[in-house]
Amino acid sequence: MILVVVEYANGKVSKSTWEMITAARESGREGPVTALVLGSNIAAVAAEVAKAVDQVLVADLPALAQYDPELWSAAVAQIATEGEASLVLLGGSRSGREYSPRVAIKLDAPLLEDVISLKATGETITAQRYTFLARVTETIESTAPIAVATIKPGVFNAATPKAEAAEQFDVDLSLPAPRLKVTGKTAERSSRISLSEAEIVVSGGRGVGSAEGFTQYVEALADQLGAAVGATRAIVDAGWRPYSEQVGQTGKTVQPKTYIAIGISGAVQHLSGMNKSKTIVAINRDAEAPIFKIADYGIIGDVTQLVPAILTELKK
Amino acid sequence: MRILTYIRQVLDAEESVHIANNAVALENSKLVMDTMDEYGVEEALRLRESGIEAEIVAVAVGPARVQDALRTALAMGADRAIHVETDIRLDAIALSKVLAQLAKQEEATLILSGGQQADWDSHALAAATAERLNWPQVTWTSALALAGTILTGKHDADEGSESFTLELPVVVTTQQGLNEPRYPTLPNIMKSKKKELRKESLNQFDVTPKLNFVSAEIQVKNRLNKILDGKDAPAAAAQLVDLLRNEARVIA
Ligand SMILES: Cc1cc2nc3c(=O)[nH]c(=O)nc-3n(C[C@H](O)[C@H](O)[C@H](O)COP(=O)(O)OP(=O)(O)OC[C@H]3O[C@@H](n4cnc5c(N)ncnc54)[C@H](O)[C@@H]3O)c2cc1C
Repeated sequence: MILVVVEYANGKVSKSTWEMITAARESGREGPVTALVLGSNIAAVAAEVAKAVDQVLVADLPALAQYDPELWSAAVAQIATEGEASLVLLGGSRSGREYSPRVAIKLDAPLLEDVISLKATGETITAQRYTFLARVTETIESTAPIAVATIKPGVFNAATPKAEAAEQFDVDLSLPAPRLKVTGKTAERSSRISLSEAEIVVSGGRGVGSAEGFTQYVEALADQLGAAVGATRAIVDAGWRPYSEQVGQTGKTVQPKTYIAIGISGAVQHLSGMNKSKTIVAINRDAEAPIFKIADYGIIGDVTQLVPAILTELKK
Repeated sequence: MRILTYIRQVLDAEESVHIANNAVALENSKLVMDTMDEYGVEEALRLRESGIEAEIVAVAVGPARVQDALRTALAMGADRAIHVETDIRLDAIALSKVLAQLAKQEEATLILSGGQQADWDSHALAAATAERLNWPQVTWTSALALAGTILTGKHDADEGSESFTLELPVVVTTQQGLNEPRYPTLPNIMKSKKKELRKESLNQFDVTPKLNFVSAEIQVKNRLNKILDGKDAPAAAAQLVDLLRNEARVIA
């Protein structure tokens, strides 16, 4: 079987899960596509995902109420072993990337990390992934009978649910005792459209001048265009924006149809999170800013004058 | 206690990438200690400066040139270094086998490693090492403190961040924002030349990678590069909006 570990948030199956299901179906590995749902009070999630897979395994346990890399990896490895999985797919979220190596080692399997393509022929799985801060595409190969892969979000098409639902089975797990104690949480979920799902992303950097400047220029333009907002590390560190909006090596990777960079210099660490966007637009007063090298359209000029002018133009 | 800080040598972020023989060619390029690992070395030094008695051992696996990155760590303040020399490229899962064995040999109780490697764009090393040692892990830390064997701090999670408590031994990944790495001073650079840099051979670690690196390609999307002069803001704005509406057709 191909095991897909379901990612969900707020009781809803995440887009990454539908993408993993497509990756599973297109992988060329045989056997039923099996969704594994881990957590507590997850009946709705299990029912939702049942519409796109061949079977659903549900581990609805109070012990799984909190994500923990040791518990999650133990659960996935156990199910993969019992079900004789030949391929285990996990999301390319922070947590997926965090516990997938533990799963791979428990299964004595290779880890194909953050892949953008995945194709099996016989025992061989060939995959592609971005390396060198997303400047290079590398092809890697595994010849093991089982492989663990994390799927880069936003690359595979989302599977479409059918009317008919697959059968669900409850599973028993033997889990280790958690060692990591979470003593507090700071949620930074913004009320806006999610960065990973938006067609247009408007991002701001230090060039917007201040937190107020970000609201005045970046948020105003995003509102006008129905876009999500993103930010550079520089302004997240300055406390102007929450970390959840950060785009780049240490933030989110986005791949929208249109990425609008306002007052962003274009450091490689920022580019690595957005350089796969279809169309890139930049506004910067420095003609030499690296962002212009990867821009399709741009204006050399001042944010404080250009963004209001663009807003006026858009409202015409 | 003993802290291992794992170090990689990578292409300087400002350097351009070249491909030769189906792989990224690093010859003739500026190579540096991976910035993410620098935060690890710095954090080890700070933990010691906070009053914890600790020996800090910098560890690296890779070709001969990698010792330069280890020398940087020694110059920052690490006590000694171990270099497992090999020209074989190891993926994170394979590499973790070396690191875990070294941690056991050295009786380390804390391992610091960068959150994402700037060459492999991989996050896997720390968790893989933790699993091999049967230790817990905490990734993407933005604050750390150690009291006795209790490690507390803050780290990034899927959405937002979490405060945590953990008992040593632990594997930790570091990132920008955790601290500001110090520059090695000249006296410290001089001193570091006398510090131990032990060479080990990969053979004794019994590592068999399960992944092959097949090829590498630079994929540059050709960009239109239509850059307008914005001196006349309203005119430039009108032109840009027209291009986005009618040429690129990306906005309504
Ligand atoms: C390990 C590591 C990881 C990192 N991860 C990330 C990451 O995930 N994401 C990220 O973004 N960065 C990351 N960085 C930081 C990155 O290197 C840059 O420092 C950062 O992206 C710069 O942000 P910025 O463009 O907002 O600021 P700056 O580099 O200061 O650029 C501001 C730009 O605004 C322009 N400007 C100023 N005023 C105006 C005006 N009035 N009108 C028009 N233009 C103006 C300037 O010309 C300049 O180009 C990382 C760095 C390291 C070392």
